[in-house]
Amino acid sequence: MSVASEPLTSPSDLVHWREESEQQAETAATTVAVCMGTGCVAKGAEAVFSALESALERLGPDAARIRLKRTGCHGFCERGPIVAIQPGDVFYQGVGEADVAEIVSETLQEGRVVERLLYEDPASGDRLSRVRDIPFYGKQMRVVLQLNGVIDPTSIEDYIKAGGYESLAKVLTGMTPDQVIEQVDIAGLRGRGGGGFPTARKWRSCREAHGDVRYVICNGDEGDPGAFMDRSIMEGNPHGIIEGMIIGAYAIGAGQGFIYVRNEYPLAVQRLQQALSDARRCGLLGDNILGSGFSFDVRIHRGGGAFVCGESTALMASLEGRPGEPRAKYVHTVEVGFHSAPTVLNNVETWANVPLIIARGGEWFASIGTPRSKGTKVFSLVGKVRNTGLVEVPMGMTLREIVYDIGGGLSDGKALKAVQTGGPSGGCIPASLLDTPVDFDALQDLGSIMGSGGLIVMDEDTCMVNVARYFLEFLQHESCGKCTACREGTAQMLHILTRICAGEGREGDVELLLDLCDVLDDAALCALGSTASSPVRSTITYFREEYDEHIQLRHCPAHQCPGLFRYEIVAQNCKGCGLCAKECPAGAIAGERKKPHVIDQAKCAGCGACFEVCPASAVTKV
Amino acid sequence: MAAPATVSECRTSVAAVADRYGRDRDFVIPMLQDLQARFGCLPPEVLHSLAEAIGVPVSQLYAVATFYTSFSLVPQGRHLITLCTGTVCYLKGAKQIAEMIQSHLNVAPGGTTEDRTFTYRPVNCLGACALGPVLMVDGDYYAKVKPAQVPDILSQYAATEAAGERSE
Repeated sequence: MSVASEPLTSPSDLVHWREESEQQAETAATTVAVCMGTGCVAKGAEAVFSALESALERLGPDAARIRLKRTGCHGFCERGPIVAIQPGDVFYQGVGEADVAEIVSETLQEGRVVERLLYEDPASGDRLSRVRDIPFYGKQMRVVLQLNGVIDPTSIEDYIKAGGYESLAKVLTGMTPDQVIEQVDIAGLRGRGGGGFPTARKWRSCREAHGDVRYVICNGDEGDPGAFMDRSIMEGNPHGIIEGMIIGAYAIGAGQGFIYVRNEYPLAVQRLQQALSDARRCGLLGDNILGSGFSFDVRIHRGGGAFVCGESTALMASLEGRPGEPRAKYVHTVEVGFHSAPTVLNNVETWANVPLIIARGGEWFASIGTPRSKGTKVFSLVGKVRNTGLVEVPMGMTLREIVYDIGGGLSDGKALKAVQTGGPSGGCIPASLLDTPVDFDALQDLGSIMGSGGLIVMDEDTCMVNVARYFLEFLQHESCGKCTACREGTAQMLHILTRICAGEGREGDVELLLDLCDVLDDAALCALGSTASSPVRSTITYFREEYDEHIQLRHCPAHQCPGLFRYEIVAQNCKGCGLCAKECPAGAIAGERKKPHVIDQAKCAGCGACFEVCPASAVTKV
Repeated sequence: MAAPATVSECRTSVAAVADRYGRDRDFVIPMLQDLQARFGCLPPEVLHSLAEAIGVPVSQLYAVATFYTSFSLVPQGRHLITLCTGTVCYLKGAKQIAEMIQSHLNVAPGGTTEDRTFTYRPVNCLGACALGPVLMVDGDYYAKVKPAQVPDILSQYAATEAAGERSE
């Protein structure tokens, strides 16, 4: 049965429909969920899906009890493509087209597990069959991501069967707007986009602001490099966001909403578009939602590709069809926002939390986390970590637990140097402070921010001066140019950092950088500029010796800045094969066959060709 | 995807797009996105027609079209190379890949090859960090790319094109 036949006209319709479909669900006893997150798709998940599809077709009537579905991101991107089978909680990873026949004949027909497709625990070497046994998942607390990887994001029926839209029904049948805001207040929900502003306070201000028309906006312009939490939620559970927005709109009295999606996320746009039209068809969006008299609709806006549009006033300018330049916020957007009307703008993850808070109550939400940071936070755990992926943890978990217990430690057995949080607006937290709990305030105290949730692990081979330079290059490029502090400040900081990385740093450069940081903090118009100091200030605070070594000794301790370290051949490791001499474009390597070779430092151009080709790893950086 | 052949063809397409959004100025960005999808870029005649159709100064359309990186005023290549330069890809060597693409194709970031086979566009992040460094050509992802693989990857696209031309 499908909800499509007729729009649902009352909250009880919704409940009836769910109960009926639960009874019918018995027939499809087995579900095979193929992860269609970007990581898995890039690793060939589509081919795996098609192979499963045709294998099930060949199975004939036996296949009736098996439901094959595409789901959103399971989070374990490192191990994709992922195929999860229920019941039995079987979790196959690294699945290829060639494995499909065996999955069908062994698992689906015989109920046996295919050992070699299970996750192998690196510590014990055991094959782990169940999701909850895998350390990557074991320590996580998946609340916002609970349905990601379980439901088919293109099916509103799947979402409703999982209890979806019941929070909306609850709100429309028995809660006043004030009671909704009250629950969000009790929950202590703070904005997941980076700022951590209390959501209930924002909603209340908007509700009380003067005006006839009000708007809600979902900020899906996820621009931080190394962050893909919002994308995974938009792609994996679009109805969760939409339900949150409808509830928010009801609470503040808005009739129109917008989802602003980053240009680089075409699949998210597609999923959201379908979800919106399905919700309209079912009477969950549009005029007279569930017969309650409350009307609200949502429109999608594709971004044009500008990082600054993640800033609320710039985003609203963009929605109005103008260049995305921010304005000063003496007057808040909750009072004067989109088209000068009171507007609430929240991040994707913030909206996705709303139905959960309504369903289980604000107190439940407030029981998770730390005194001032409640609930969970989704992070994209990336960089030089073994288990790259999307993780959700309760606020207050330490960075060490996230990186080592969930992330499995560093890849290639290197030592951890820093964890970067908060994207270009955030900072680098050194290994010595790894026991810091992840919490809005604790991270801010260390000179970084929670940000939207990028967690980038950096190892000993990462030059922290170059990291600061990288972020400034990014920010300088993305600065809209409206205010002088940001336009000139980021350009000057980039200029100085580039000089230092090229071995042309001068005494006083670090002090000058800190001065520029102060100017940006005080004078920039929007958060892009005022937080541009964080990557510089945090690396100077925790890695000052790296700056000094670049400036005073013209040496890059991480051996990353070209020209600030030397290549040498370790004589005892060199087998004298001559490959390096052949590859060297500068003709700087000499030596007899089968005898250790030597690099003539005067001729060496520092290209690293020898380092790349040496089969004996005899070339080292010093 | 081609430049408008005639002035009237341009006007008709622009009018259709403007009507799709009720000629409402709020929708300038989606209109430009649709027009770029139609023509491959935003040539002057298209911007002028749109300005006339929705009643805004053409300078405002240029302001929008030059502010956002997804718009291009000049024709694009037949294949789009997107290189992720996000933090993780950067740490894992995206810069070396960028250098390889630029020297191999003789293009600058954002530029198009002389024969218009490729447009090369570095982007902030593709959100596929587990695959880094990641390179995308049209809709295809290439994971954990090494600079030396770049010529081979790109030659596939140049080659399919050559084969397509021959069969025509």
